[in-house]
Amino acid sequence: MADLAPYRAVLSSRIRSQLAYRRSFALDVAGSAGVGLLEFLSVYVIFTNVTELGGLDFAGVALVFAFANLGFSLADIVVGHVDALPTYLRSGTLDAFLLRPLSVLGQLVTSDVQLRRLGRCAVGVAILAVALPQAGIDWGWGAALLVVAIPLVGAVIFAAVFVAAAAAQFWLVDGAEFTNAFVYGGSNAASYPTSVFTTPLRAAVTFVLPAAFTAYLPTLLLLGEPGPAWTPAWLGWFAPVAAVVAWAVALTGWKAGLRHYTGTGS
Amino acid sequence: MTEPIIDVAGLSRDFTVRAPAGRLRRTSRTVHAVHDLTFSVPEGAAVGYIGANGAGKSTTIKMLTGILVPTAGTARTCGKEPHRQRRELAREIGVVFGQRTQLWWDLPLHESFRALAAIHRLPSDRAARRQAELVDRLDLGEFLDTPVRQLSLGQRIRGEIAAALLHSPRLLVLDEPTIGLDVLSKERLRGFLVEERAAHGTSLLLTTHDMDDVQRLTERILVVDHGQMAFDGTLAGLVDRVGAQRVVVVDLLGGAHGAGAGAEVGGAGGAGQAGGRAAGVPDLHGIPGTELVAVEADGLRQRLAFTPGLTTAAEVIAAVAARATVRDVAIEEPDIEDVVRRLYLSQ
Repeated sequence: MADLAPYRAVLSSRIRSQLAYRRSFALDVAGSAGVGLLEFLSVYVIFTNVTELGGLDFAGVALVFAFANLGFSLADIVVGHVDALPTYLRSGTLDAFLLRPLSVLGQLVTSDVQLRRLGRCAVGVAILAVALPQAGIDWGWGAALLVVAIPLVGAVIFAAVFVAAAAAQFWLVDGAEFTNAFVYGGSNAASYPTSVFTTPLRAAVTFVLPAAFTAYLPTLLLLGEPGPAWTPAWLGWFAPVAAVVAWAVALTGWKAGLRHYTGTGS
Repeated sequence: MTEPIIDVAGLSRDFTVRAPAGRLRRTSRTVHAVHDLTFSVPEGAAVGYIGANGAGKSTTIKMLTGILVPTAGTARTCGKEPHRQRRELAREIGVVFGQRTQLWWDLPLHESFRALAAIHRLPSDRAARRQAELVDRLDLGEFLDTPVRQLSLGQRIRGEIAAALLHSPRLLVLDEPTIGLDVLSKERLRGFLVEERAAHGTSLLLTTHDMDDVQRLTERILVVDHGQMAFDGTLAGLVDRVGAQRVVVVDLLGGAHGAGAGAEVGGAGGAGQAGGRAAGVPDLHGIPGTELVAVEADGLRQRLAFTPGLTTAAEVIAAVAARATVRDVAIEEPDIEDVVRRLYLSQ
């Protein structure tokens, strides 16, 4: 993999510097895990009052939550820092990227890695470990493959949302709050059964912001549930397609944004 | 003849500046940051690119290095079209922006070098040799392990220049490399750049506000003003054209007038002091080829402007020494801003 060596050189320096202060790193990881646990607490509270949410029992909703969290935090570890683009634009770091013989997006993505988000990943894995045996899944090779594939495809989709949001920053000055609404709002929407939403909103978080593909729809496949009208369970098989489309949109936006920055487009 | 290292024809770059006008409307206006520049730099040359702030220097550099796309005209750097062949070009040029860092802010310098060697795919033996050479000649050894953010400005600039030269580029572009450095650091940096060019034949494009940079490092200067080429030639040619004068500042010993010396330090000098001067301060009027431009500190410091070519600093100092006891001498070079301003006025 000679082509990745330049990126690896920076990344390995980053990882070493993040691990250098072990106690501080441990606290960061714990803090990140705490955020995940607190969010799961709200799911728990809901189920002290009801026995079913959007057609799923506690174990089912926990699975959706865990898959969405795992996918999101994996994406956050790898590309989450792209939301720092406005800082990079102001400090001239993007010009430095343009002066190196590498792709600008590649350099931005590999300029950092958020290892502390491993804490939230761990919460997702732990919830999966508890909820999977209790969800009444008809186990087989297919189900096992789904369990591995769901968070990975979810991470790819969330990563595309991060990149698309960063691309929008080329036009929006200080627009991070606006794009965060989509990034974190999408993550939040993905953490609950999309069936709790009204049909228009459900369609929006499925086909516009593909949050439902990251956890809810594929979880329906795993549980053998039919799913609600307009967004049936079989759509879950199209999660990889949603990931490809999301990346196509994100990359088109990124290229247009970079052209806007260097001045070809305007 | 080989292809020029920089070849620019009709290069222009406009920016649209939007400003609020009223509650909802916005006006937009086009600013011509660079307008119709044409010049060419042969391989191996050293060119100073000067102009006032906002004259379009950085915009030009950004177009030459592929960061910005021209609005009109063409630029070729190292025979490549900068924006379209950005990555190929990046392997052949080294760029330092004095006020911005290209290094990784929180990584030690040696990690930055390691990453850059990987980025430029330098074979490890070649990278190690080149790094050792640069560390030695730029004296980086003692702070190689310090994160870049903790370096002093002088250390950081040396690190930046080493980073830009690690892959032995054909063209080095320096944007205000000596800004903010002390005299000694500037002089060491200039010495290094002269050696580096002598050893490797690297072409140099340099923007600066410092006349000494231009004198020491370049053999040709381009002056831009409001985005347009105002002068292309040698420094001597520029000085001839605008009649820029050098100034000899002489500090004299007071002599018979000693008792009154210093009574009006920093005073108006000149005509107002005429009576005082008669009392014993040497009169430096009428030295051939010079003009007495200021008499300060009761005549103990006097400034003589002369035009290079009519006389020399040595002749002026000798003539002064014949009339008075000289305590100290300084020579003030024409200020680059002043030269540019005069050039603009002369057009």
